[in-house]
Amino acid sequence: MKEILNIKNDFPVLVNNKDLVYLDSGATSLKPYCVLNKMDEYYTKYGVNVNRGVYDLSYQATDEYEKTREVVAEFLNCDSREVVYTKGASNGLNMLALSIGYNMINEGDEIITSELEHHSSFLPWQQIAKNKNATIKFVPLNDEGRITVENFLKVLSNKTKVVCLTHASNVMGYVTPIKEIIKEAHKVGAIVIVDGAQSVPHIKVDVKELDCDFLAFSAHKMLGPTGFGLVYGKYNILSKIKPVEYGGDMIEEVYKDSSIYKEAPYCFETGTPPIAEAIGFSEAIKYLNNIGFDKIESHVKDLTDYCLDKLSTIEGITIYNKTTDVGIITFNINNVHPHDASAILNEDLICVRAGHHCAKLITSWLGVNSTLRACLYIYNTHEDVDKFVESIKRCVEYFKEW
Amino acid sequence: MSNINDLYNQVLRDHRNYPRNKGLIEGYRSLHAKNPSCGDDVTVQIDIKDGIIKDVRHDGTGCAICCSSASAMSEVLIGKTIEEANSIIKDFYELIKGTLPTDEDRLGDAIVFVNIHNFPPRIKCATLSWRAADTLLNTDETGEKDV
Repeated sequence: MKEILNIKNDFPVLVNNKDLVYLDSGATSLKPYCVLNKMDEYYTKYGVNVNRGVYDLSYQATDEYEKTREVVAEFLNCDSREVVYTKGASNGLNMLALSIGYNMINEGDEIITSELEHHSSFLPWQQIAKNKNATIKFVPLNDEGRITVENFLKVLSNKTKVVCLTHASNVMGYVTPIKEIIKEAHKVGAIVIVDGAQSVPHIKVDVKELDCDFLAFSAHKMLGPTGFGLVYGKYNILSKIKPVEYGGDMIEEVYKDSSIYKEAPYCFETGTPPIAEAIGFSEAIKYLNNIGFDKIESHVKDLTDYCLDKLSTIEGITIYNKTTDVGIITFNINNVHPHDASAILNEDLICVRAGHHCAKLITSWLGVNSTLRACLYIYNTHEDVDKFVESIKRCVEYFKEW
Repeated sequence: MSNINDLYNQVLRDHRNYPRNKGLIEGYRSLHAKNPSCGDDVTVQIDIKDGIIKDVRHDGTGCAICCSSASAMSEVLIGKTIEEANSIIKDFYELIKGTLPTDEDRLGDAIVFVNIHNFPPRIKCATLSWRAADTLLNTDETGEKDV
């Protein structure tokens, strides 16, 4: 079978575990050598703190650390002033909810969310709504479980202050028609926050084209290191919202009774950051750009179609998202708990996720307690899919007697 | 390498398909224990009279390991004094690390979990109901608990 991408040898985990079938990239992706080498280079050649020292090494570290901001800005098509470093998508989404929620939401305001959200997109706003006596509105999902513009308009009103929606669901793999939604939300003056944790690794995201106000995503789901992520914020809004964490680095002046903070994005970044991770992430973006998102999309689609075709022939499994957009396949083996199924898969060296995937609202919507999830990404191959499907068949057979 | 059949054996299958002492009884002290990461969700009840465990009940949803473990536990704890039960629970905690107790019979069917240490992600499933029973026997806690 011809592979659009054949890059397993770029990934040390796959090199060191030859028979491993890694289908858990929705949880975290594997990292290529170039990212690890870049991080090693920092630790071994100029591993000192950033933004503080006046010596050459610190200058070099700061320079490399800040270069990532430029790389991310070019990647998203924005200005580097609009790129905030965070600890990851969850941290970014929480930061935005705390800042916007506590400073700009009032009693009676409405916040739009959906049952497709990851807990880190939904829970901060649930908390804000309770605190501020604001109302959470859920976009009704269509029969397939998708967010549609038509259904979004059913909950949009003049009271809508914030729209916080996933760009790609981590359970269903559906891409939200976010561009059209943003257009409608802006008509009532709402701020739109997009959770890009599952979309940015898979599809070309241009924040100018989407016209989103904020976008949060993680480095580690797109070949980068863990503990690092980004928030894009439209500068005219980002420069107005308040920081939520205070400390070193983010201040201009400190007096006994007041302080002056740096301008955005620096006012949102305090404490020694994950320096190696930030520096390493620029290599992940370069690696993805070198492949090109057209190729990434077609590779993942090719494998996903192949996988769904094969799975559909197996009796005794339920697939919940046959029209998935970003290589995420969520399913169950009938009458077998996902954790029992994953024991068989594990024995066959197949890594999948089992559980509610930090998105309990959509698992409840599906009417189940938990599911299995297989995620296909750039390093997967047809052979991986074959092994996975064989293991699923073995699993169905094994538990048939049960 | 450990074989999957070491985990999913006949005894376990029997408890999963024909659970003993399943279903809750009103009025018993009960504890609802969950493993939020995987969705195992079990309620354990213990009824004690004159220092003797008269009844153990369980109900919930979860994987085969979790459900069968609750069933095996209920069988083995009924009729024991609190002291005996605590000692059996302690044996079970050692068993799941791979250590057989001196008196293997005391653990009843729960002895089948001796291989669970070869499947580390599943230890939590096997111990969920035991930790709930442990809490019920040794604290005043009732209601909800994440284990």
